[in-house]
Amino acid sequence: MKPLEGIVVLDFSQYLAGPSCSLRLADLGARVIKIERPGSGDNCRRTILKNMVIEDDSLLFHTINRSKESYCANMKDPDDLKILKMLIKKADVMIENFRPGVMKKNGLDYENVRGINPRIVYGTITGYGDKGPWAKKPGQDLVVQSMSGLTWLNGNGGNPPTPFGLSVVDSYTGVHLAEGILAALYRRIKTGRGAQVQVSLMESALDMQFEGITAYLNGGKKLPVRAEYNNAHPYLAAPYGIYRTRDGCIALSQGSLKDLASYLELPELNEYDPGDEFGKRDEIKKLIGSRLIQQTTNHWLAILEKEDYWCCEVYTWEKMLESEGFKELKFLQTLELMDGREIVTSRCPIKVDGEAYYSRRPGPKLGADTEKIRQEIGEVEA
Amino acid sequence: MRPLEGVKVLDFSQYLAGPSATLRLADLGAKVVKVEREGVGDGCRNLRVPDCEIEGESPLFCAVNRNKDSICLNLKAEESKKSLEKLIRESDVGVFSFRPGVAERLGLSYEDIRKWNPRLIYAEVSGYGSEGPWAKKPGQDLLAQSLSGLPWLNGNAGDAPTPMGLSIADMFAGQYLVQGIISALIRRENTGEGGYIQVNLLESITDVQFEVLTTYLNDGHCPPQRCSVNNANAYISAPYGVYETKEGYLAIAMCSIVVLGQLLGCDELLKYTDESEWAIKRDAIKEILKEHLMKNTAEHWLGILEAADIWCSRVLNWDELFQEEGFQVLGMLQDIRRDRNTVFQTTRCPITIDGERYYSDKPVPMLGQNNEQYL
Repeated sequence: MKPLEGIVVLDFSQYLAGPSCSLRLADLGARVIKIERPGSGDNCRRTILKNMVIEDDSLLFHTINRSKESYCANMKDPDDLKILKMLIKKADVMIENFRPGVMKKNGLDYENVRGINPRIVYGTITGYGDKGPWAKKPGQDLVVQSMSGLTWLNGNGGNPPTPFGLSVVDSYTGVHLAEGILAALYRRIKTGRGAQVQVSLMESALDMQFEGITAYLNGGKKLPVRAEYNNAHPYLAAPYGIYRTRDGCIALSQGSLKDLASYLELPELNEYDPGDEFGKRDEIKKLIGSRLIQQTTNHWLAILEKEDYWCCEVYTWEKMLESEGFKELKFLQTLELMDGREIVTSRCPIKVDGEAYYSRRPGPKLGADTEKIRQEIGEVEA
Repeated sequence: MRPLEGVKVLDFSQYLAGPSATLRLADLGAKVVKVEREGVGDGCRNLRVPDCEIEGESPLFCAVNRNKDSICLNLKAEESKKSLEKLIRESDVGVFSFRPGVAERLGLSYEDIRKWNPRLIYAEVSGYGSEGPWAKKPGQDLLAQSLSGLPWLNGNAGDAPTPMGLSIADMFAGQYLVQGIISALIRRENTGEGGYIQVNLLESITDVQFEVLTTYLNDGHCPPQRCSVNNANAYISAPYGVYETKEGYLAIAMCSIVVLGQLLGCDELLKYTDESEWAIKRDAIKEILKEHLMKNTAEHWLGILEAADIWCSRVLNWDELFQEEGFQVLGMLQDIRRDRNTVFQTTRCPITIDGERYYSDKPVPMLGQNNEQYL
C-alpha cells in the first residue's frame, strides 16, 4: 500500500513550487486534483522550454503534473464556487499560491475553508510571507535567489554574483510545503483537527543556506568568500572542487594534502601547514589544477580510486545515462499519451519498502476530469 | 501541539543529509537522539570553518544538530546489543547513513531491526542506492553533483562545469527522507506496520533537475547550453539573469525584450520583436542589455522596472538582506541558549503551522551527554 492512499488533494497552485509539492504527494499515493481556471488553466501549460509542446500543453507541464487530474472552476462564479465548496468538504488537503489576499476575496482563505471542513490541511506558498513590505512583491525563483544572498555562494570569487542555474528555491519551497502538510496530516490522525501550513520562497532560500548563515552570524559577520579558483562551496577548504584534466573534468572532495602530494606526485603540497587549506585555498587549488591538467581523467581516477581518495569524473547527462551505475537505479519512467506517444521523465526519488514508484499517466488535459468529479460529488450528495 | 510530538527518532547518521532530516523532524516536534561513536562522534563535529567556533564545535555541526540529544555507543561491541535493542524497541524512527554492507555487518539492517520493532520506520540515505556498481562509491555531495550532470547547468558557457556552491544534494536528499518518513508514519496509523524508506544523493540531485532533464530526454538529447552572458538557467530565454550596473547588481527574470527595451530606453533591443529570438539570440540580447545597464545604478533601473511590474530585484548579500524590513518581519533568526545564556544564533524551521513559527532554543548536544538518561 502506498503511504498516502486515500488522501485527496485539491491543488489550486501554478508553475513549479506548489505543483511540485502535489506531484510528490501523488507519487506517494494521494489523489491530486488540479483546480484550474476555465479556458487557460495553470500558466505552466504555456511555459515552453525549447519549443517542446505535447498535445497542446508544454512538456514542462506534463513533467510537473503527471499523475494528476484536472477540474475546471471559476472561483468568481457562484455556481462553480458552490461545487468547489462541496469538493473542499470532501478533501484532505488544499494547496494555493495566490498573492496574499486573493483567496480571501474569493471566500476560500483558511478561515472560510476550515468553516467548511475543519479537518482540512490548507497549504499556502507565498514569496515572502503575508506581512511586511515585501508581501505583495512577486515571488519568483531568480528574484528570491538574488535577494537571499544565495548568488554570493555560487561561481568563482572574481565573478559577479552567480545564480544557481535551476529553480532550486521553488523546488525547495515545494519540498517544505509537503513536509508541513504531511506532518499536519499525521497530527490530524491524533487530534481530528486540520491545520494551516505556510511556507515562502524567501524562508526556504534562507533555510537552504542555514549552515553558512550560522557561520556568518557567529563568526564576526564576515561575508562568505567564494574560492577564486574552482569554487564549489565557500565554507569548504582546498582541494574541494572540480578541476579540468587533459580530456575532461574531475571532482575532488575533501582529503589530506599530504596524501594528494604523493598520489599526484606533487611534492609542493607538502610545504603547506595545517590551516593553509583555507588560508591559501586558491594557491593550493591552482597548484593541484596545474598538475591535473597534464593527464587524462582516467589516469587520475585510476590512481586516486585505488587509494580510496574521494573523487569522480564529471559527467554530462549523456555519460550519466550510459553509465551502469545510473542504469541500475532504474530512475527513468515513461509516460503514455492518449495517441500512443511517450514522454520519458524521472520517477519519485523515494523508495518505500524496497519499491520504486512508477507512473504512466501524463499531465491531464485542461478540465479532463471535471465531468467525472461533478458526478462523484452528485452521487455523494444524493 | 507540534505535529510530530511523541515521535521518537534514533539517528545513526552523520554529516549533513541524515542529520538535516532529523533536525526538521525535531523542529516539527519529534524527540531526536543522535547515536554517536565513542570518543569521536559525528564526523561533522570536525568540519572546521576558519575563525568560527561555537562552544568548541564547528558552526556547521551546530546549525544541523541543535535541538537533539546525544548518546555514545560502540556499535561493534556485544555489550551494546542489549541497550541498542531496548532503544530501538522504544523508537518510532531510525535514520541510517552507513555505507552499503555496514548495517548488515553490525546487525542493524532493516531485516534485523524489524524483528525488534516491526512498527519502526527505517530510513536510509545512501550515495547511489544499495545495489549496482556504484553502491560502494563514497556518497558525498560534490561527487553526486558531478555524476548527475548538474555542473553543466551552472555558471557561464565556457566556464568549467561549475558545481552549485552549497551541499545541495545532501540537503534535498535529507528533506526527501523526511517526506518518506512522515508518509510512513501516516501509513502506520492505518496499518500498524512500520516501513523502509530509502533515498540516495544521486537520485535526489537528479530529481532537482527534473524539469530540464525531461526536456533533454525528449528533445533528442541535445546537450544543455549555458548562456555565455550572465547564465541563470540554460533553458530560459533572455533577459533571465543577474546584471552588473554602475552601482550594485540587478536580477531580471522573464519578460518581453521589447517592453524591457522601451522601459530602459535601450533602442537596440526594440528590433527583437520575434519572441523566438529571445531564446536563439539570447547571448546577443543579454550582451546588449549588459552594456546598457552599466550606464546607471541598480536603484535607478529598479525604480523603472518595478513600477512596470517587471520581475526584478537588487542582488543582496547577507549584510544587506538582514537590514531589510522585509527580512526582519519574517523572524527567521533565533537564539540558541544553554543555561539561559545565548550560545549562538541560527535560522529557524522554515515551515509555519497554524500561524505559529517554530522556534527552539535547545542547544547542540555534547558528545554522549545523555548517556545516563537513555542507556
